Amino acid sequence: MPAFLKFTRRVALLPPLLLLASCNMVVMAPSGDIAAQQRDLIVISTVLMLLIIVPVIFLTFLFAWRYRRTNTAATYDPEWHHSTALEVVIWSAPLAIIIALGAVTWISTHKLDPYRPLDRLDAARPVPADTKPLTVEVVALDWKWLFFYPDQGIATVNELTAPVDVPIDFKITASSVMNSFYVPALAGQVYAMPGMQTRLHAVINRPGEYEGFSANYSGDGFSHMRFKFHGVDQQGFDAWVARVKAQGTALNRDGYLKLEKPSEREPVRYFATVEAGLYEAILNLCATPGKMCMHEMMHIDAMGGAGKESAENRERLEYDNRHALGEGAPAATHPATGTPARSQEEPQGTDGANETMQHEMPGMGGHEGHSMPDGDGDPAPPQLNH
Amino acid sequence: MTELHTDYMQEGKAPTFYLEEEHHPEGSTMLGFWLYLMSDCLIFAVLFATHAVLGRNYAAGPSPADLFDLPLVAVNTSMLLFSSITYGFAMLQVERYEKKATLFWMAVTALFGIAFVSLELYEFAHMIHEGAGPQRSAFLSSFFTLVGTHGLHVTSGIIWMFVLMAQVAKHGLIPENKRRLMCLSMFWHFLDVVWIGVFSFVYLMGVLG
Amino acid sequence: MFSDTDLLKFVFGRLTLEAIPYHEPILVATFVAVAVGGIGLVGLITYYRFWGTLWRDWLTSVDHKKIGIMYVILALVMLLRGFADAIMMRLQQAMAFGGSEGYLPPHHYDQVFTAHGVIMIFFMAMPFVTGLMNFVVPLQIGARDVSFPFLNNFSFWMTTAGAIIIMLSLFVGEFARTGWLAYPPLSGADYSPGVGVDYYIWGLQVAGIGTTLSGINLIATIVKMRAPGMTMMKMPVFTWTSLCTNVLIVATFPVLTATLALLTLDRYAGTNFFTNDLGGNPMMYVNLIWIWGHPEVYILILPAFGIFSEVVATFCGKRLFGYASMVYATVVITILSYIVWLHHFFTMGSGASVNAFFGITTMIISIPTGAKMFNWLFTMYRGRIRYEVPMLWTVGFMVTFVIGGMTGVLLAVPPADFVLHNSLFLIAHFHNVIIGGVVFGLMAGVVYWFPKAFGFRLDPFWGKISFWFWLTGFYFAFMPLYVLGLMGVTRRVSQFEDPSLQIWFVIAAFGAFLIALGILSMLIQLVVSFIKREELRDTTGDPWDARTLEWSTSSPPPDYNFAFTPVVHDQDSWWDMKKRGHSRPVGGFKPIHMPRNTGTGVILGAISVVFAFGMVWYMWWLAGLAFLAMVVIAIGHTFNYDRDFYIPANVITQTEGKRTELLASEV
Repeated sequence: MPAFLKFTRRVALLPPLLLLASCNMVVMAPSGDIAAQQRDLIVISTVLMLLIIVPVIFLTFLFAWRYRRTNTAATYDPEWHHSTALEVVIWSAPLAIIIALGAVTWISTHKLDPYRPLDRLDAARPVPADTKPLTVEVVALDWKWLFFYPDQGIATVNELTAPVDVPIDFKITASSVMNSFYVPALAGQVYAMPGMQTRLHAVINRPGEYEGFSANYSGDGFSHMRFKFHGVDQQGFDAWVARVKAQGTALNRDGYLKLEKPSEREPVRYFATVEAGLYEAILNLCATPGKMCMHEMMHIDAMGGAGKESAENRERLEYDNRHALGEGAPAATHPATGTPARSQEEPQGTDGANETMQHEMPGMGGHEGHSMPDGDGDPAPPQLNH
Repeated sequence: MTELHTDYMQEGKAPTFYLEEEHHPEGSTMLGFWLYLMSDCLIFAVLFATHAVLGRNYAAGPSPADLFDLPLVAVNTSMLLFSSITYGFAMLQVERYEKKATLFWMAVTALFGIAFVSLELYEFAHMIHEGAGPQRSAFLSSFFTLVGTHGLHVTSGIIWMFVLMAQVAKHGLIPENKRRLMCLSMFWHFLDVVWIGVFSFVYLMGVLG
Repeated sequence: MFSDTDLLKFVFGRLTLEAIPYHEPILVATFVAVAVGGIGLVGLITYYRFWGTLWRDWLTSVDHKKIGIMYVILALVMLLRGFADAIMMRLQQAMAFGGSEGYLPPHHYDQVFTAHGVIMIFFMAMPFVTGLMNFVVPLQIGARDVSFPFLNNFSFWMTTAGAIIIMLSLFVGEFARTGWLAYPPLSGADYSPGVGVDYYIWGLQVAGIGTTLSGINLIATIVKMRAPGMTMMKMPVFTWTSLCTNVLIVATFPVLTATLALLTLDRYAGTNFFTNDLGGNPMMYVNLIWIWGHPEVYILILPAFGIFSEVVATFCGKRLFGYASMVYATVVITILSYIVWLHHFFTMGSGASVNAFFGITTMIISIPTGAKMFNWLFTMYRGRIRYEVPMLWTVGFMVTFVIGGMTGVLLAVPPADFVLHNSLFLIAHFHNVIIGGVVFGLMAGVVYWFPKAFGFRLDPFWGKISFWFWLTGFYFAFMPLYVLGLMGVTRRVSQFEDPSLQIWFVIAAFGAFLIALGILSMLIQLVVSFIKREELRDTTGDPWDARTLEWSTSSPPPDYNFAFTPVVHDQDSWWDMKKRGHSRPVGGFKPIHMPRNTGTGVILGAISVVFAFGMVWYMWWLAGLAFLAMVVIAIGHTFNYDRDFYIPANVITQTEGKRTELLASEV
């Protein structure tokens, strides 16, 4: 009986299966070579495992039906409980599958390591020798994405554009909490973490507009932490860069520190120029003037610390102080504990770029270049040499 | 109890399915307490691992060489080692059912324990006074937590010691109390072993390594 | 000097009227429902003059059977809460499309999914598993109780205290908005300054103490208290899986405790373990929490495997196929579960070799698991299968679980994980194994052992209805999530833009509704069975013609379980006894040594709730007093040397005599 009922249940599941054919499974039909290889891996692994899963399910139904109590024709052998031959089979069959799958895993994990530069554009084409990859520095902010194009000298918020068939070298970090940088059509995700840089190499093969988002929960505005990824041809990319340069404003530290404050549903913004070293400063948690950079701290630590007389270093290293800076003691519950979304108090038109420009202009010039604390004296104290 | 089984197998008698006598499984307390110690050991393992990861993150602040007073720590270590020896003397007296001597050695042990905790508190206070409190850097966070957790354990051990002294004084060296003394013994020596780890990995390797 | 606000701050910490969520209609309605239900319950207890019995025979009981039953009741109550969260999420996700924000704003939705995960794992699955182990294991090994009966009672009350702390957050303050594992820096003081994460921490810490101690207790029980003749390789499989589960508990929960303690210090004392700045390392938290977290899933699934093994052998009327390989598979899984944790964060940027290593170790676990599956399969082979409700759950499990296992191995391939990680595919996978494995197993276990616990069987009609709703509901609720995962949809999102996703969420919501009917049928089943209890009465003590020792006792078993300790000669010892014609002793009873009930456990549990409340709301005086009270009471308890008593022989003669009559009337 149950077997029959299960069968009917399977049949009942058919309409959804038809539905399946009509939906857009981006993971199974991506447009970038890395994601395509990851898709192939899903298919290969699934088929390998089905070799054992299908017989198990089939045998379950078969035995469940055949050895039902009412079927007195079936053999009943209550003491049969061991068979060395069968034991060998039931251990070695999964083992064989796992050996195959393990080999596939070892090879593919190394081949598709996101840190490894690409060696092909797609299955048919290797990367041409003279190709210069496009470098994009990605910063996950609360709750929007900031993309730097160091070679082009521009930056954008919530819009990523790349030429097709050009390898992209992503350098990824975050400003406050952990996020995950994910464009399913392009390649698998990599975490974005503050004070750390992760890498992702990928290439987009087909022009189009694709979805990108954070794939790791990061707080209130997480649902809308989305951006569009445009794959365009080379001319299109150049035109886009030119447009950013024409329409965009300048991004300096001051502007960044405003941008970095929590906000939701930020419109796309363009920055025509970027203050030198801004990404490095963000990565090292020292975008705020007067802060000590992580790499500097790590250098001091590697040299044996800065001794007892180093209390001021602590203040210069404090970073997680969003709420300490707010007024009054942190409250206990929402909404007081929430991080107010700035976008609500700052109405954005379709062209948010111009508005931010007004905010940022006055701050310009205040912190040119590396505003590293040269005024604070030698950051590495005397104990360095002991 | 395989005997029963072989009896049946060999002699073909009707098998015994019920024990006529009261079944007295051997006591589980030592095993249970040992398991507890192992779980506690894992807490220390996490703290040691944390220290291994964070122990050199001075946040541009003081390092072990700047802070640790090794002679003081050595004295402190000897306090704990002596306390283990004196607890051993207490246990020897327990075996001889010498209640008074047991209590005496327990009191000595507790005094050594108190000396240990006091020296540790002095060390902590001194460091905090110098601006090297647990909030200063990840290294100091993990240092204070690891050493402090050990100190809290010793403190609970001392309280337990006094409680047990009261119970021994009241009821004498009855089996229950002997069992408890045995548990405290395991606990106390366990803390000694952990401290040797702290001394070597945190203090010695911190300063010299 | 003290101003009024200072005094208020001192007394109430950060608790203000604002913290009572009277402005949230959903919570107010819930509160009213809980209050009405609570008052009704108190009224009923008072009306039937049940308070005395409740205190003497249940709350203070050290009897492993009663504690086990109380654990399961706790789990069922928390199942309702956790499931209410699930339904809320399904509704929100089915609604929030095309600019609609749904009915749950993010700050509420984020609490709901966090609470759902925390409650289902820590306060539904864990107490459920612990409850069944508590009830069954001593009976299966022929023992009269666990090794440390008082500790058992204390463990239960600490677990309950944890659950109460979590439930308090519903009506006073708020719960964490961090996801169920509360990754820092998001869960740190700076990015989650409210009480939510503190409720989370203290709820888990208090319950964690209970879980660890209960683990120690059950290991000692299984190692030391087995009936004579029961060697390790003659232990029932459920006892074996319980042993492995408790080893895992003792070897992992301290890691959770330590990790959460470090997070606590970061939040309360300003230390820098998991902060971004001053040398902290949030990635360490992720590693530590999964060193606990991965074994945790085996803590849950192993006992379920044990239940299926018992059920399959019983209802196939056949000895379990491959007992030894079943045991070895269990042990191998136990050991391997420690070296796979990194597969939860392949995307954190570890090198390819590290990722590949952890991916492959993860896959290796599927080998013993697969072997187990075949063992159940070949137990059915040449069996004579009775489709009672537990067996239905087992077959449902076998079909469902292999699908979840397959997607799990798929997720263990790091490059595949890069595209599936954190997606709804992952959600579908772990619900596939946790519902299809753990929950189905627990349901099978409840139906299977219910007559042993209460003396009457559960009504099979409603049991079958419940099973079919659960099974179909599961497929409707989670197969769409696999699809959505492949469409690139991430977990924990509360509002969507792409309208083509909606149909899948609607199907999933329909599935959740079917599961709701399954739960409802289960509740109806309890009521109907209670009403029809005389008809469903089990007079034999062995209603399923089962194989292990718990079925040799009466249903429900007497306080002392066994008048005479059984002697074991074979696996399936009760089957062996039946086959070779044992004769139940009817005389010559001796007084039995039993532990005395004590109220210390429930009192300590209650005070720990007060302590946690004080800590959460920064009422330091309250927390301090409560802590002091706990220490004093615990020490006071050690001064009580009068902890046991003897059940006189005549009482036993009387009890056993009644059973003799009952058995005679049966024939």
